[in-house]
Amino acid sequence: MSEQKPCRHELMEWINIVSFAVDDVKLFLDTHPCNAEALEYFEEFKKQRVQALKEYAKFYGPLTLDTASLCEDHWTWIHEPWPWQEGGC
Amino acid sequence: MWNYEKRLQYPVKITQTNPKIAQVIISQFGGPDGELAASMRYLSQRYTMPYNEVTGILTDIGTEELAHMEMICAIIHQLTRDLTPEQIEKSGFDKYYVDHTLALWPQSAGGTPWTATYFQSKGDPITDLHEDMAADGTIL
Repeated sequence: MSEQKPCRHELMEWINIVSFAVDDVKLFLDTHPCNAEALEYFEEFKKQRVQALKEYAKFYGPLTLDTASLCEDHWTWIHEPWPWQEGGC
Repeated sequence: MWNYEKRLQYPVKITQTNPKIAQVIISQFGGPDGELAASMRYLSQRYTMPYNEVTGILTDIGTEELAHMEMICAIIHQLTRDLTPEQIEKSGFDKYYVDHTLALWPQSAGGTPWTATYFQSKGDPITDLHEDMAADGTIL
């Protein structure tokens, strides 16, 4: 994980891209559960997504419960804007 | 169960309000072919679907429809943010506003409240899948 603060907008865009890839191949795998190429694709983008969500949470607050950090002294989930608000994702 | 992810499936960033367009787009939220009906359709039908592949896809698409609903709601919310009384009256948004102010409420563009009669759930896989194709075909 990079220690340098990533650009919020670019990181969010990347999360949207890899999440879409994961979502889409998930639907394909539902009806093609043994497709090796799709399984490999899923694994790759799932890894990228987990990594990106961790990085986002570290610098800009959690997007998921699993990346909500315990090292904060307060509950950050409600601090950052909601997705439909200005400044949200 | 479900977990919330604090982002939209695709970002919505509208800078100009437009209550006239919002009144049309609201059908995609609570209208007969809207995302709420789509989501409830798939998530209701899945319990009696006898094939794991199809149960899986009904679950995952039903979930994705909820994410679509959230994007539509974000669009409507951003189109109707901070309206002045003049804008509300001139755009015809007053008929919605009197009951719901600027809150989101699932209805069709014509004002019909969202209803479960927008979809069917019969427990027969062929019947339900035909219903799904007919319903989503109107959207695709």
